[in-house]
Amino acid sequence: MSTWRRLRASLRAAEGLIRSRRQAPIPGHETWCRSLSTGGSLRNDFFKDLEAQLSAMRKKARDALPGSSWSPLELNPNLPPERADIVVVGGGVMGWSVAYWLKQKERIPGGLKVVVVEKDPMYSQASTVLSAGGIRQQFSLPENIHLSLASADFMRNINEHLDVLNEEPVDLQFNQSGYLFLASEKVAHIMEENYSTQRQAGAKVSLLSPAQLKDRFPWINTDDVALASYGLENEGWFDPWTLLNAFRRKAMSMGVIQCCGEVTDFKYTVNVMTNLAGDHVDFRRIKSVRVQMPNSLEYQPVECAIVVNAAGAFSGKVAGMLGIGSGPKDSLAGIALPVEPRKRFIYVVHCPDGPGLDTPFLIDYSGVYFRREGLGGNYIAGASPEEAEEPDVSNLEVDHQFFEEKIWPSMAHRVPAFEKLKVTSAWAGFYDYNTFDQNGIIGMHPLINNMYFATGFSGHGLQHSPAVGRAVAELILDGNFKTLDLSRLGFGRILAQEPMMERNIV
Amino acid sequence: MITQFLQRYFRRSALLLVARRPWSSSSQSSLPPFHTRLLLYLTQRFYDVEMLLSWRSKLKRRGVQKKNAYYSYTERFYGSNLATAYFILNLKGGFRYAGQPDWFRADRKGRFSWDFMNHKDTPIEDVDMSYTVFNYTGLNNLEGQQSLRTLSLRGCPEVDDWFLARLHMFQDSLEELDISHCPRITTGGLAALRNLKGLKRLDMSSLPRISTPGLVIILLEEMLPQCKITATGYDHSLREEGGEEEQKNHLQGQR
Ligand SMILES: Cc1cc2nc3c(=O)[nH]c(=O)nc-3n(C[C@H](O)[C@H](O)[C@H](O)COP(=O)(O)OP(=O)(O)OC[C@H]3O[C@@H](n4cnc5c(N)ncnc54)[C@H](O)[C@@H]3O)c2cc1C
Repeated sequence: MSTWRRLRASLRAAEGLIRSRRQAPIPGHETWCRSLSTGGSLRNDFFKDLEAQLSAMRKKARDALPGSSWSPLELNPNLPPERADIVVVGGGVMGWSVAYWLKQKERIPGGLKVVVVEKDPMYSQASTVLSAGGIRQQFSLPENIHLSLASADFMRNINEHLDVLNEEPVDLQFNQSGYLFLASEKVAHIMEENYSTQRQAGAKVSLLSPAQLKDRFPWINTDDVALASYGLENEGWFDPWTLLNAFRRKAMSMGVIQCCGEVTDFKYTVNVMTNLAGDHVDFRRIKSVRVQMPNSLEYQPVECAIVVNAAGAFSGKVAGMLGIGSGPKDSLAGIALPVEPRKRFIYVVHCPDGPGLDTPFLIDYSGVYFRREGLGGNYIAGASPEEAEEPDVSNLEVDHQFFEEKIWPSMAHRVPAFEKLKVTSAWAGFYDYNTFDQNGIIGMHPLINNMYFATGFSGHGLQHSPAVGRAVAELILDGNFKTLDLSRLGFGRILAQEPMMERNIV
Repeated sequence: MITQFLQRYFRRSALLLVARRPWSSSSQSSLPPFHTRLLLYLTQRFYDVEMLLSWRSKLKRRGVQKKNAYYSYTERFYGSNLATAYFILNLKGGFRYAGQPDWFRADRKGRFSWDFMNHKDTPIEDVDMSYTVFNYTGLNNLEGQQSLRTLSLRGCPEVDDWFLARLHMFQDSLEELDISHCPRITTGGLAALRNLKGLKRLDMSSLPRISTPGLVIILLEEMLPQCKITATGYDHSLREEGGEEEQKNHLQGQR
């Protein structure tokens, strides 16, 4: 009886709340009412209204309960929730991979509330979609080789990981072609060392002498090549956009919340402690993330327990919002996250007489690389500029001079058929460039005990994203690395000033 | 979808019931009425259906994976040739030892004669795995066969591009390869055949996922100049360029 009284009381309240009495009839709904009510159509109508009002009222009541994200003001429906367990800053391939793995590893279904904040849902500047899409095993650090092997394994079984019921299976358009590195006399010994590291790690790579090289790829000019290394398996290129979307689709089907907005600030608490030397050290803990809505002044603070910084080229900026790098020069707080955007160009060229189906992803010791793009005699090529000639990063304009002066001569020298190529288009993208040692930074900052980094991959982040996402999820949920030990890629190496350089032949 | 739909209705009808209670005298009982229970049951059922579907595909995958597991035990005790042979027969495939005229095969029910055990030291030369669930993982069992000359994978549903990329393990010996009617192979995987420099015959007929077969066949011929390529089952008439028409005649001449 008391239920009924409560109901009547709230009904009266609901009358005031809901003005529009009649809503568009839902076909299925009507049948239901009919089957349930025994009375005539009048009563039927009454039930219909009552039911609509009741459900609206219930919703309001549910929203107004403490712990929900409802507020009495009219709100932008795209606002992120007020509270989340984990906020991932950056919805590139890294961010979505981390989100997917967090959901994959959560112990209770729906136990984790993960929000991915992306400022540009069109991904017009994200490195992921502007990359060359290559994956290789030919690195010199065992960590990187293992990351590639694990990621290749993930891509091989991608539909076991990322398929969504009743949706198309994922087709990465993976092209199984090896990377071919060419070394000069001077750097051939490095190539041999790398080769043995790679073999030890289980990568399938072969070394080729110039004669063997000529035999396999007659179109290559081998004059100044002393040694080549060629990947046999788990190398090639794929469509980055498909990978990004597959991660996103799966993560969202598992309950990850996508939110469009820019992270502009953090609220944090500071805990001052004194170290052995008597200096004060500030430990910070993020309380909430401020998400600025696109094209408006509106913003929303999202309270959260953990933040993952996967903002790619701009992750240095995000870390800066927490005061990382703005402390006194020779203290821990004075060391910034060494990740900054560096502009890299990719040129699409057409050359009908160029190499065919067996074209590898060729990386010349001059630094120039190219690969086939499709089957119609198109190729994409690029190179990294000298440190002193880094292009301006305020925009994504392409410097065509760079191709004429730095890339084409090397390309035409290596493959004489490229003398007659034509540039058909070009684009630029930002490397998430780690100025310290050009390798990924994975893990926590020692002074901020709830921000995890997954950034700084400087040109190999796309291929490592599946394995890095898993590693970060392990760090967050298990407390340490479980499958691959990446502790050497943590922030600690930057504090200790011990770079983990790749030993490159370029 | 269905689950959401049902949940919505379930919620709605539950509301209706609350509203109805004061008028009806019969629903005073403590148990919710029958159709509520039915709906609740169905909602759960539909979650189950969803779960069942994903479980079924998982189980199927696991079954395939199990069949392709590495026969390390057999290999340790009987050597790699017998392990390979046993694996092939278990998958209902067939093989021929080097220098022997007869093929060993499993019959349709998967039974086979154990005579193959008498050839511990003879390497396997020809393998026919057509229409089996042989996959990438199963290749572990063939890794030791350095004198494998022919391999037929006709109509294997699990053979994909990654499988082709792994065939480089036979690069010094493999001469004949049949990958026709494999539903999962794409152009991206055919590029991996570059490593099989000794290949003399390749049958790539009726690969449903090759979008521009004419062009791909030409590029393959260019990449494997020593190899005779068979490619039937493609509708070449769809091609527009006249130049390729000639290529087609040339191809047919070869066949
Ligand atoms: C030309 C080029 C070629 C490359 N080639 C390869 C290759 O062959 N192989 C390979 O593995 N890798 C390659 N890379 C590198 C690879 O693209 C990157 O390492 C990788 O995409 C990084 O992924 P990410 O998700 O960290 O960054 P991104 O894809 O850049 O994603 C970061 C996202 O964060 C968002 N964001 C930034 N700041 C904020 C903020 N404050 N609030 C909200 N959102 C924010 C951005 O909008 C962006 O979408 C290449 C890169 C370039 C530029």
